[in-house]
Amino acid sequence: MTDTLTPVLTDNWGTDRSWTLEAYEAQGGYRALAKALAPEFGGPDAVVSEVKESGLRGRGGAGFPTGMKWSFIPQDNPKPKYLVVNADESEPGTCKDIPLMMASPHTLVEGVIISSYAIRANTAFIYVRGEVLHVVRRLQAAVREAYAAGHLGKDVHGTGYDLDLIVHAGAGAYICGEETALLDSLEGRRGQPRLRPPFPAVAGLYASPTVINNVESIASVPSIIAHGADWFGSMGTEKSKGYVIYSLSGHVKKPGQYEAPLGITLRELIDLGGGMREGHQLKFWTPGGSSTPILTEEHLDMPLDYEAVGAAGSMLGTRALQIFDETTCVVRAVLRWTEFYKHESCGKCTPCREGTWWLAQTLARLEQGRGSESDLDLLLDQCENILGRAFCALGDGATSPISSSIQYFREEYLAHLTHGGCPFDPMASAVFAPQGAQA
Amino acid sequence: MTTPEKTDLVTLTIDGVQVSVPKNTLVIRAAEQVGVQIPRFCDHPLLEPVGACRQCLVEIPDAGNGRGMPKPAASCTIPVADGMVVNTQATSAVADKAQHGIMEFLLINHPLDCPVCDKGGECPLQNQSMSNGSGESRYVEQKRTFPKPINISAQILLDRERCILCARCTRFSEQIAGDPFIEMLERGALQQVGIFDGDGAERGTSERLSHPSGRDGDGAERGTSERLSHPSGRDGDGAERGTSDPSRTVEGQPFHSYFSGNTIQICPVGALTSSEYRFRSRPFDLVSTPAIAEHDACGSAIRVDHRRGKVMRRLAGNDPEVNEEWITDKDRFAFQYARQADRLTHPLVRDRVEDGGSGELRPASWPEAFTVAARGLAAAGRGAVLTGGRVIAEDAYAYSRFARTVLGTNDIDFRARPHSAEEAAFLASEVVLRMPVTYADLESAATVVLVSFEPEDEAGTVFLRLRKASRSGTQVVSVAPFASRGLTKMNGRLIPTEAGGETEAVAALADDDQLTLDATTVIMVGERMAGTPGALTAVTDLARSTGARLAWVPRRAGDRGALETGCLPNLLPGGRPIADVAARVDVAAAWGVETVPEKAGLDTDGIIKSVTAGDIGGLVVGGVHLDDLADPAAARAALAAARFVVSLEIRETEVTRAADVVFPVAPVSDKAGTFVTWEGRPRAFEAVLSNPGSLPDLRILAGIAEESGVPLGFRTVAEARRQMDELGPWDGARAPAATPPKVKARRLARNKFWLASWKQMLDNGPMQDGDDAMRQTSRDAVAVIPQGTYDVLKGATHVTLTGDRGAMTLPVRASAEMPENTVWVPANSSGNGVLADVASPGSAVTVKGGTS
Repeated sequence: MTDTLTPVLTDNWGTDRSWTLEAYEAQGGYRALAKALAPEFGGPDAVVSEVKESGLRGRGGAGFPTGMKWSFIPQDNPKPKYLVVNADESEPGTCKDIPLMMASPHTLVEGVIISSYAIRANTAFIYVRGEVLHVVRRLQAAVREAYAAGHLGKDVHGTGYDLDLIVHAGAGAYICGEETALLDSLEGRRGQPRLRPPFPAVAGLYASPTVINNVESIASVPSIIAHGADWFGSMGTEKSKGYVIYSLSGHVKKPGQYEAPLGITLRELIDLGGGMREGHQLKFWTPGGSSTPILTEEHLDMPLDYEAVGAAGSMLGTRALQIFDETTCVVRAVLRWTEFYKHESCGKCTPCREGTWWLAQTLARLEQGRGSESDLDLLLDQCENILGRAFCALGDGATSPISSSIQYFREEYLAHLTHGGCPFDPMASAVFAPQGAQA
Repeated sequence: MTTPEKTDLVTLTIDGVQVSVPKNTLVIRAAEQVGVQIPRFCDHPLLEPVGACRQCLVEIPDAGNGRGMPKPAASCTIPVADGMVVNTQATSAVADKAQHGIMEFLLINHPLDCPVCDKGGECPLQNQSMSNGSGESRYVEQKRTFPKPINISAQILLDRERCILCARCTRFSEQIAGDPFIEMLERGALQQVGIFDGDGAERGTSERLSHPSGRDGDGAERGTSERLSHPSGRDGDGAERGTSDPSRTVEGQPFHSYFSGNTIQICPVGALTSSEYRFRSRPFDLVSTPAIAEHDACGSAIRVDHRRGKVMRRLAGNDPEVNEEWITDKDRFAFQYARQADRLTHPLVRDRVEDGGSGELRPASWPEAFTVAARGLAAAGRGAVLTGGRVIAEDAYAYSRFARTVLGTNDIDFRARPHSAEEAAFLASEVVLRMPVTYADLESAATVVLVSFEPEDEAGTVFLRLRKASRSGTQVVSVAPFASRGLTKMNGRLIPTEAGGETEAVAALADDDQLTLDATTVIMVGERMAGTPGALTAVTDLARSTGARLAWVPRRAGDRGALETGCLPNLLPGGRPIADVAARVDVAAAWGVETVPEKAGLDTDGIIKSVTAGDIGGLVVGGVHLDDLADPAAARAALAAARFVVSLEIRETEVTRAADVVFPVAPVSDKAGTFVTWEGRPRAFEAVLSNPGSLPDLRILAGIAEESGVPLGFRTVAEARRQMDELGPWDGARAPAATPPKVKARRLARNKFWLASWKQMLDNGPMQDGDDAMRQTSRDAVAVIPQGTYDVLKGATHVTLTGDRGAMTLPVRASAEMPENTVWVPANSSGNGVLADVASPGSAVTVKGGTS
C-alpha cells in the first residue's frame, strides 16, 4: 500500500540535517525560486497563474483557492504589500506545520520568497506559535542562511527584487491562528479577530494589502513551480487537487505524518499506519482537528477531500485525523475539547465567550452522571445559539464535537446518567493501558 | 445646510417596509427609521462599530446582490445596500431566536443584583432582557464571580462580574478621549476591563478570579489557579490569599482622564460607577432637568438629576451641535461646591465701627441689606463693578445696567484674570455679536491654529471635537511653549514659542511653509493672549490677511455672555460701543434715562488701582477669586482700602469677609439663565431646584437699585430676558480695531526664564470643592523645563521657581521642544496659584534644582 504515498513536502525529512541549506540545496532546493525569478518564466503574474491553474487550495482548513486569494491583492494600491504565513498551528490534533518547519524550514522559506514575488510584496512574515521555541530557532537559522545565500534581502538572485522575511513568535493563543487576530497580534496588539470588511487583501497588516496563507500552502508552491501545475493537478480529485499531509494520531499503531493525494480514504491511511491498536476497533475520528464534526467507522471509505467530507456533514479542515477506539468515552473526549475552547475563547463576542463557559459546565455535569436527558437538548440548543452567531469561526468550531457526538453517540451520553458517572475505565484508553483494563 | 442628494440615498426593505436612508447607514439605524428597535449593547452611534456583543443579529435573506447572508448578521456592522432585505426580530423567527440566545448567554454570568445595582431602572441590559429575552434562565451552573469593586481610578469603580464586555468604555477611551488607560485583560469568560498597565494590573486581577469549574487542564492556567478562589472547594486552600490585599487593584497607572465619567454613562450595565454617586440613589427616585454646564465656555448640555432638593448626579445631555453625548469630568462631577458648609444662606451687614458697631458682619434681612447697600454705595462716592466670570448673561446684563444707571459709571469689567486694554478693544471690534466659528466648523476646517489655548485643559468639549476632527484629517497647530498631552492626542504640530513671544510667533505663521492659512483655517485664541502685548493685534492682522476665521475662547462660562451684555469699560449691552453717541442714545432711550456715561471706564486693573488711590470708593463684586487677578496683592490692598464693598457670592470668600454687605446668590442649579458659548451661541436653561432663599444676582441688584431710586425695570430672569430682547443687538458701526499697543522690547536677565502657565482642567479651583475623588484624578502639578536646563540640573527631581512675588517648588519634567528660555507650571494646582505665589505669566523667574 505504500505506493499511495506521494512524498513531496515530506520527501527530504529523512535526510541527514535536512533543515540546513546545504542539505536542502543538495536535493534541488531553491531551484524553483531560480525558475520563478528567471525572466523567461514570465514575471510575478505568471507565478500567480501557475498556482491558480494548479488548483492549490489553502491547507489551513478552509480550503480557499490560493491563487485566487493572491489575485485579490489590488496591485494599484500604493501601500506596501505583505505576505504573512500563518504558522500558529494550535488546533487540537493538528501537527503538520510544526514538523514541516522542524524538518525542512527551507521549503517554507523558498515558498515564501516565490509567493512574495508573485504578489509583489517586499516584506513577509512567518507568525509562528510561540510555544515551539525549537521551531522558531530553526526558522530563524534558515532565514539567516537564506539571507547569506542571497535568496533574501536586497536584489534577490540579482533580479532587483528585494525581500525581507521576519520570523515572529506569537505569545500562545489559539485565537491568533484566526487570520485577522493574527494580524492584530503581529501589529503588537491584543489578538482578537477584526471586523470584515475590510478584508486583509485590501487592508490587512498595517492597513495594507496582505495575503495570509498556511505554512503547508506556501510550502507547496516551490514544487508547483518546479514541476508545473499539471503535475500538481494530476494528483488528488477533480476539485481537490494535489497532495497533502495527513496527521494520523491516536489509537493507531504508527501515528505520524502521511503525505498522500487528496481523496485517499481513512481505511487506507489506517492501513498505512499499521492498523488500529492491537485488539481494538475504530469508534470515532476527526477528519481535520477538533473543530470538525466527528465521524465514525461508517465513513471509513469516504474519500478525504473537501467535497466528500463536507457532504458527510463534517469538514476536511487540517486533515488532523485523531483516531479513537472503543475504549474511549466520547463524553470525556468532547469535554476535554470543550474545555480547550473555553480556555482559548478570546472573549470578544458573547456566544463564544459565554457559550463555551456554559457548555463546559453542562458537559462536566453530564460526565459525572448528574443531569437528565433534557440536558442533551439544552446542549444542542446552546450549540445552535453559538453556531453562526459568533464573531469568528472559533465559536462554530466549539460546537462541532458536541453536536456531532450527540448525533452519533446519544446513548452513550445517556449511559452516563443511568450509570451515575462515566461507564468507561479511563485507563483503558491510554496508550500505556495496563493489562486487564476494559472498555 | 445641504440636503443629501438623491443619489446618496439607498433603498432597502426592513421587515417588509421600504425605507430610503443615506449611504453607509448601518442596518441597525436604518431599522430605527421604520420603527424597529433592534436590541444592542456594544453599538454606540459615536463609536466605531465592533460587532462584539452579537445582540443585534438579524436575518438578511438578500444582501442587495440577490444572495442572502448564510448566517444571522450583526446589524450594527452591516451598511445598507440597495435592494437589501432585512428581517429583524419583528418578522423573523431566526433573528428572534438568535437574539434570545445571545441574551441568555449575556445573563448567565451576570449577577441578579438589580435590586441593589445603581443601574437598575435605567439599565439597557435589564430593559432589553425584558423586551427581547426569556423570563427564565436555563442556566443552573455556577456563575463567574469577582471580588468587587476595583478602583479604575479614585472616581471610577468597576464591578467586573456585572460587565458584559461590550468594550464601549475601552473604545470611548481610545477613540474619543484618547486616554487608553483601560484595556481588556485576560480572555474568554475571564476577560475583564483592567488598568492599562500590563504586568501589575494583570497580576492584581487574576489573583482575584473565582473559578467554578476548577478543572482547566492546561499548565499555563494551573500556574495562576493555585491562587484562584474556587467556590467548589477543590483548591480551597489558596483561595483567601489572593483577596486579602486590596491595594493591589489600584497599583499601576490609574485611569486619569478628564473624560472618564462618560464611560459610566455609556456602560450598558452597572459595571462602572462613580465614587460620587455609587449607592446614593435609585434612578426612578430622581427628577431630571436639562441644563447647561457652568465650568467652561463650551456650553455643554447636561442633565441634572435631583432628589428631595439635592442634586445627586449630572449626566451628559445629547446635543449634536455642541457636545454630542460627551462632557468633561468637571462638568459631570463638580457640583458639590454648592453644598459646602460655607455656603451663604442669608444677607450679612457689617456693623461699622464708625457707627458704633462691633465691626463684625451680622445676619440681616433682605430689605435691610438692600437699604444698607444702596446707602453705602451712594455715600462711598465713585463706584465700580467687578462681575466675575460665573455670571449668567441675565445677571451680567443686570450688572451692566446697574453700573451705568445706579452707579453712573462705565467702570465695569467681567475679566477676573490678567487682561489688557488691547483685549477690550479686540473684543469690541472682533468678537462681540459675531459667531464666525461653530463646533461643526472645527470638524470641517482643514487647519485649526491654537494660540495661547490648551483645549483639553481650558475647554474640554472643544478638545473632544478637535480630536474628532484631527482623526478625520484636520491639522491642529498650536502656538505654545511645549506639546501638551492634549496636543499630542490631537496629533497636532507644535510651534514652540517662548512665554510672551506669541506676537512674533503669530506674525511668523504667515510665512510658515508647512501651513496653509486661508478660509478653511480656523484660528482659536485663548484668553491668555491678553497677557502678551500686541499678540491679539497680530492675530487679527493674520486673520484679515489670510481670510482665516477667528474665534476667541475664554475659560469661564459667563465671559462671553458678559461681553455681549456690556460688562466692559468700552461696551454697552448688545455690543454697543460707548464711544458711539448713537449707541449711547439707543441704550439711554431703552432704559428711560437721560444719558448713560459717555467716558470709557476703567478695566479691572484700573479699578483696583483707583480704589487703592481713593478715587473709587464703592465696589460691587460678584464671583471674583482674588488669586485669579493679575496682581492678587494689589487686589487685596484695594479691597482693604475701599470705602464700601458689596459682595454677591455663593460661598464665603476673602471678598465676603472684607465686604460691608454680603448677599448670598444662587448657584446655577437654583436659577434659570443663559450661558453664551465661545462660539457666541446662547444656551438658555431653566432652574433645577426651586429654592426661594437663593436668588440670582439680578434680583439683588434690582433690590439695591430700587432702594437707590433707580429701578432696573426687572426683578426676575424672565423679565431681564424680555428687556434684553427689547434692547436687541447693535446694528450700527462696530468699534474700531485696536490700536497696536507700544510694545517694549523685553530683555531677559542672565539665568532667568520667561514664565508660562495655564490652569489645568482639574485643579484647586473652588468650584471643584467637595468631590475629593474627582480631585484625586487631577493631573499632578509638575513644572516643565527645557531639556537643556534639565540636563544642567543633573538629577534634580524638583525645581523651585522664584519670581517677584515668591517661590514655588514642584516636581520637574523636561521637554525637548520647549524654548530654552521658558519654563511652565500649572497655574492653580499648587499653593495659592502662580499669580499669588510666584509671578505673572510672561515675566521672568529663576529656576533652582533640588531633590526630595
